[in-house]
Amino acid sequence: MAPQDRLSATLDRPAAPAGTPVPSTEAGPLVSVRGLSVAYDRRTVVDDVSFDLPRWGSLALIGESGSGKSTIARAILRLLPDTGRATGEIRFGGDNLLALSERRFRSLRGRRLGFVPQDPGNSLNPVRTIGSQAREAARLVDGLDRAAADELILDTFARVGLDDPRRAYESYPHQLSGGMLQRVLIGLAALPGPDLLIADEPTSALDVTIQKRILDLLSELRETLGIGLLLITHDLAIAAERADLLVVLRGGRVQETGDTRSVFGAPTSEYARKLHADVPSLNPDRYAGSRAAGLVRLTDPATEPRIDVRSVTKSFTVDGSRLTAVDNVSFSVPTGTTHALVGESGSGKTTTIRLLLGLEQPDSGEIVVAGERLDGRSHRSLRTARRNLALVYQNPYTSLDPTWRVDRLICEPLDRYRVGTPAERTAQVARALEAVGLDDTYARRRPARLSGGQRQRVAIARALVLRPGVIVLDEPTSALDVSVQADIVGVLLRLQAELGLTYVFVSHDLALVRQLAHSVTVMRRGRVVESGPVDDVLEDPAEDYTRTLVESVPAGLAGRSA
Amino acid sequence: MSVAGLTTAEARESALDRIRSLRVPPGVALSFAVIAVVIAWSLAPGLFTGQDPVNGVPADKFLPPSAAHWFGTDQLGRDLFSRVVHGTASSVSSALIAVVIGVIVGGSIGLLAGFLGGWVDTVLARLVDVLLAIPSFLLAVIVVSSLGFDTTNAAIATGVSAVAVFARVMRAEVIKTRRAVFVEASFLQGGSHLHILARHVLPNASRSLLALAVLQFGLSILVIAGLAFLGYGDPPPASDWGLLISTGKDYLKWPWLVYAPALVTIATVLSVNRISRWLRKTD
Repeated sequence: MAPQDRLSATLDRPAAPAGTPVPSTEAGPLVSVRGLSVAYDRRTVVDDVSFDLPRWGSLALIGESGSGKSTIARAILRLLPDTGRATGEIRFGGDNLLALSERRFRSLRGRRLGFVPQDPGNSLNPVRTIGSQAREAARLVDGLDRAAADELILDTFARVGLDDPRRAYESYPHQLSGGMLQRVLIGLAALPGPDLLIADEPTSALDVTIQKRILDLLSELRETLGIGLLLITHDLAIAAERADLLVVLRGGRVQETGDTRSVFGAPTSEYARKLHADVPSLNPDRYAGSRAAGLVRLTDPATEPRIDVRSVTKSFTVDGSRLTAVDNVSFSVPTGTTHALVGESGSGKTTTIRLLLGLEQPDSGEIVVAGERLDGRSHRSLRTARRNLALVYQNPYTSLDPTWRVDRLICEPLDRYRVGTPAERTAQVARALEAVGLDDTYARRRPARLSGGQRQRVAIARALVLRPGVIVLDEPTSALDVSVQADIVGVLLRLQAELGLTYVFVSHDLALVRQLAHSVTVMRRGRVVESGPVDDVLEDPAEDYTRTLVESVPAGLAGRSA
Repeated sequence: MSVAGLTTAEARESALDRIRSLRVPPGVALSFAVIAVVIAWSLAPGLFTGQDPVNGVPADKFLPPSAAHWFGTDQLGRDLFSRVVHGTASSVSSALIAVVIGVIVGGSIGLLAGFLGGWVDTVLARLVDVLLAIPSFLLAVIVVSSLGFDTTNAAIATGVSAVAVFARVMRAEVIKTRRAVFVEASFLQGGSHLHILARHVLPNASRSLLALAVLQFGLSILVIAGLAFLGYGDPPPASDWGLLISTGKDYLKWPWLVYAPALVTIATVLSVNRISRWLRKTD
C-alpha cells in the first residue's frame, strides 16, 4: 500500500462516497450486531448474539466471567487473538466491521470506535509521560500541528475532570492515582471524537467513591458529546443505573435483552432473576434471617467481647518519611457477631487486620482476643494463640499452593498443630469440605482445576478446620463474580449460625457490609471516622465521609437521575 | 466396591486427559523419540549392533558408510556405528552426573541464599558471582586438570562449572515464591520455616529448575565432548563421542569419521533443548 493512498483515504474521508467507513447521518442504530458467534479453536464462547445500540444510546452487556461479554467487545474492536474466529454481522455506519479490510478498519479504530480498558494501571506505558502517549491519540485527529494537539489534549484532560491538566500531561503513569489514570484513559478515548465508546469494566479496579465519579463522567460525556456507550460489567446495579438497554449474557448466549426498566424491573428469564437477587445493594435484607441472631448478641450486654482492639497505632517508614498507617484505632467485637472494617485503599484496614493476626506489631495500644493479650508476644506463643484466629485471603488464586491437592491443603493446619490421629484428621477434612458445600470428588484436585468460588470455599474450609473462634475475612469476595459472591456469603452466614463464629470482615463494598455485618468501623487514612451498629451507621451516617461512601453504592434504577 | 471402581476409572480417565491436554507438538515427539533411542543405546548397546567396538578388521579400514557399516569404519577397521553406540553410555551418564551435581549443589546454595537472606545470601551470592566470572569451560578444564584425566572427573568438572547457573535460578525462584500469599497463609496456619521451605517453596521453585536441568543436560554433553576432544577424558579405546570426533579429525580424507559422531551429538543436544523449551512453556 503506497503511503499516498493512505493519506488520500484520510483526507477524502469527509467527502467519501457511500461504502467508505463513515457513519451516515440517516436514522438507524449506531451499532447493530446480528448473529455474532465467536469461537476459539472450535470452542464457541459467543453464540448467536444480536443487539442494537441506538445513536446517542447506552447499552450494557452483563454477565459473569466466561459469559463472553469482553469477547463481544473485542470482536467489535477486531482485537480478537489469532485463534479467535468471529462470524455473523456487526454493522457500524453501514459497514460490516467483520468483513472490512484491515486498512479500512484502521481508519475506524480509535477515530470512530473508542475503548476504555479495565485496569488503568496496566494500560499506559510506564516509561513514557502521559503527554507523549496522549499525542498518539491526538495524531488520530486530522490536520493538527503539535501546538494545536497539545491544546486539544489539555482541553480534554480538563474536560474529564483532571484538576491540573498540565501536571497530568507531564507526569508518568506511576505518579497519578488509579482514578486519575482512568480519567486520562477516558480522555484519550474521547479525544478523537468517536461515535462509540466501549468501556470494559471501567471501574472494577477502583474504589467505590472514585467508581461513582468515573461513571458520572462517562454518562456526562455521552450526553454532551453524543457518544454511544457500550458498557461491559458484571454488576447489575451499575448497569441498571447507567444504561438504557441491557443484554444479559450467560455462557456466550443472550438470556434476556431489552429496555432497562423492563429487564431490571420485571426480569423474565430465570438467570436475570438470579442475577438480580445476587446483587447486595438491591437486596439489603436478603440474609436478615441468619443475621438476626447476631444482632441480638450485639445488643445483649451479657455477650462477652471476643476481640478488643484498644487505641492501636502503627507507623511505617517509607522513603525516609514516617507514615502512620493505623492511628489510634479501637473497636470491639462481641462473640458470634460480624464486625466490618470499611474504607478505601490506603485507609489502613489491611494493616489493622495484620496487627490483629500478629503479622505486625503495634507501636502502641492493646489487642485482646478471647481474653488474651496478643500484642508484644514472642513468635512461639503467638503461634498457639493463632490457632484461635484464622484468615481468609482476598484472592483465592494466590492463597492456595498450586502444587498441593485440596485434601492436603485443608489438612495442613491439622498437621502443623498435630491435632488427633491421621484417621481423625482425614475425617475432619471431610467434614470441613462438607461444611463449605464441596463433595469429596474435589478432595484430590489441585487448585488449577477449581473455579474461583470453589477455591475460596477451600480457603474457608482451611480456615475452619482448626475450629477457631475468630475468622478474619480480607475482602473474601472481591476477586469473585457477583453470583459466586452470593454463594460464598451464604456459606459464611450458615457457618456463623452453626458454629457461633466471630467474623472480622474487611470490605470496601458497603452493600455487602449491610447484608452480612452487625457492627461496622469506617476508616479513612488510618483513623476511625465512625463506628457502631451497621443499621445505625449506614442508614443515618453522622459523618460526611460515611455519607459519601453510602451514596457511592450503585443503586440500580433508583440511582438514575432521569 | 462400586465406589472404589468408580474412583479408579475416574483416575485413569483424568490421567488420559492430562496426557491429551499436554498436546505434544510433533517436533517434541520426535525429540522424545531421539532421546529414547539414545537412552536405549546407553542401556543395552549390544541390542543395536553385533560388531566389536574395540577390535577391528584391519583389512576393512576406512570403508565408507554402507548397509554393513552404517557409519563406515575407522583407521583400524572398527565399525564406527558400533563405537558410537558403545560410547553413548559413557557420554550420557557423565552428562547426568554433571547435571545432578549442578542441581544438588547449585540448588541448595540458591535455596539457602534465597530463603535465609541476610548475610548468608550475601556470602553465597558473592561465591556464585566468582564462579560466574570464570568462563564455565575454562573452569571445567581447571577442575579436571587438578582431579586427573578421566571421564568421571570430566563429568564432575562440568557439574561444578554449572553450579553457579543453578544457584542463580534457584535463588530467584525461591525469593519469588517466598513472597507468595500461600506461603504467608501456611505460616499463619502454624507452619514452621522448615515446613514452608520443604513443602511449599521447594516444589514451587523446582519447576523452572527442571527445565534448566534438561537444558543443562544437553550443554553438559557438549562440554564433556569438548573435554574428551581435548584429551581430558578416558583414553582410547574408549569411544566417547567427543573422543571419536577428536580422532576423526586426524583423518580428514574420510570425513564420516567426524560427521557421524558429530551428527549424533548434535541431534541429541537439539532434542534435549527442544524438550526443555517445551517444558518451560507448559507447566
